[in-house]
Amino acid sequence: MRQIHLREITRAVRDLSIEANTIANCDLRDALEKSVSKEVSPVGKAVLGQLLKNQDIAEASKLPICQDTGFTVVYLEIGMDVSFTGGTVKDAVDQGVREGYTEGFLRKSIIKNPLTSPVNTEDNTPSILHIDLVPGDKVQITLMPKGGGSENMSRIKMMKPSDGVPGVRDFILETVKLAGANPCPPIIVGVGVGGTFDYVAYMAKKSLLRKIGVRNSDPEIALMETNWLSDVNKLGIGPAGLGGKITALDLFIEVFPRHIATFPVAVNIQCNAARVKTRIV
Amino acid sequence: MGNEAKRVESPLTEEVIKTLRIGDEVLLSGIIYTARDMVHTRLQEMINNGDELPFNASGSVIYYVGPSPAPVGRVIGSAGPTTSYRMDPFVPAMFEAGMRGMIGKGPRSLKVKDLIVKKCGVYFGATGGAAALLSESIVEAEVIAFDNFGPEALRKLKVKNMPLIVINDCYGGDLYLEGIDKYSEEI
Repeated sequence: MRQIHLREITRAVRDLSIEANTIANCDLRDALEKSVSKEVSPVGKAVLGQLLKNQDIAEASKLPICQDTGFTVVYLEIGMDVSFTGGTVKDAVDQGVREGYTEGFLRKSIIKNPLTSPVNTEDNTPSILHIDLVPGDKVQITLMPKGGGSENMSRIKMMKPSDGVPGVRDFILETVKLAGANPCPPIIVGVGVGGTFDYVAYMAKKSLLRKIGVRNSDPEIALMETNWLSDVNKLGIGPAGLGGKITALDLFIEVFPRHIATFPVAVNIQCNAARVKTRIV
Repeated sequence: MGNEAKRVESPLTEEVIKTLRIGDEVLLSGIIYTARDMVHTRLQEMINNGDELPFNASGSVIYYVGPSPAPVGRVIGSAGPTTSYRMDPFVPAMFEAGMRGMIGKGPRSLKVKDLIVKKCGVYFGATGGAAALLSESIVEAEVIAFDNFGPEALRKLKVKNMPLIVINDCYGGDLYLEGIDKYSEEI
């Protein structure tokens, strides 16, 4: 067994909170740069230019890319040969969020209890924590600060099995159309299909951890991803919703077996400040 | 952004608002106020009770934003727009109080768009996600009410050449609808 003190997890979560919020990933930057030449709307091109300039300013000034530094969603893949010391994993992760959001001057956006205590927790905790046990003696930490504006435009539908593939496509297009300018386009569309009511939403969000341009390993689903991305980009919403061809930078689909009576589909929308960082301890 | 931008001062006057048309790029300078969900709830209560507001609302521009904390050496952190539709229910009271302009992102309700025409107001879009860039145009920031709301507190901002675009003008135009009409294709 490899012993890991949870201080190391706290430290990594702290660093990832700050890095994710202030330094844009290369895949996002590349996708935005390529979009400038593809966009036909002059205002759309200018907005894409603003977003790239914004990333430069954020990185140079250590300012958050977006003021909404999100709900901190953390995915831990814990090797089964790891043994932790120094407390509980959940506390260690939340302590990392607390330190990162405080020391990094990131916005604290979490309300303690929506029903009984509408006050800010003032340290952006608790995080949303997902844990998977995997072979090995390492811990992979992936952190995604997820903004409220794009979460608000995300949807789930328990379709009829007879709705089938066309039903999924229609629901995706309807969701992006209804979202319009609200979720800060160009967006990334995360889709989950199958599983249960909760699991389909989990898949939709987890698909957003993919790098832009990485296709589903199933060639049939990969083709749906590219075709439906092309459909989304015909909606005309464009950068900042001011009209244009670049409404989405990518569309990711994750699937899971479904129950004979159900056909769940979830669409989780990611904004143009798509923030994901990973570290292995 | 692309074209020659119009320089506009806040607070706004009817005369200036009438010169603004959808799609106009604007560089806004002057005093504006920040308010989002929680502050609007409180302001509405104050307006309904006939209480004096904590700022001079006449001709005012309200920016829908909850900035990130100011690091050492800066007046404010990142400060991009939040989604405007959540503030739609409060717009009638805000217009009654004297507000003339709003800055945010995303489409407004039909009722808000009607009021923008009737009350001679304007809705500016700021680019969502360009929060560090927008922060550069904020030269002074001060919490003037509801400090306990943290990022949601009511702030007085002095802005210089803040890059905006006119989304809804006082003639009933809507840039979002026009954009989709122009660029959408048959699917």
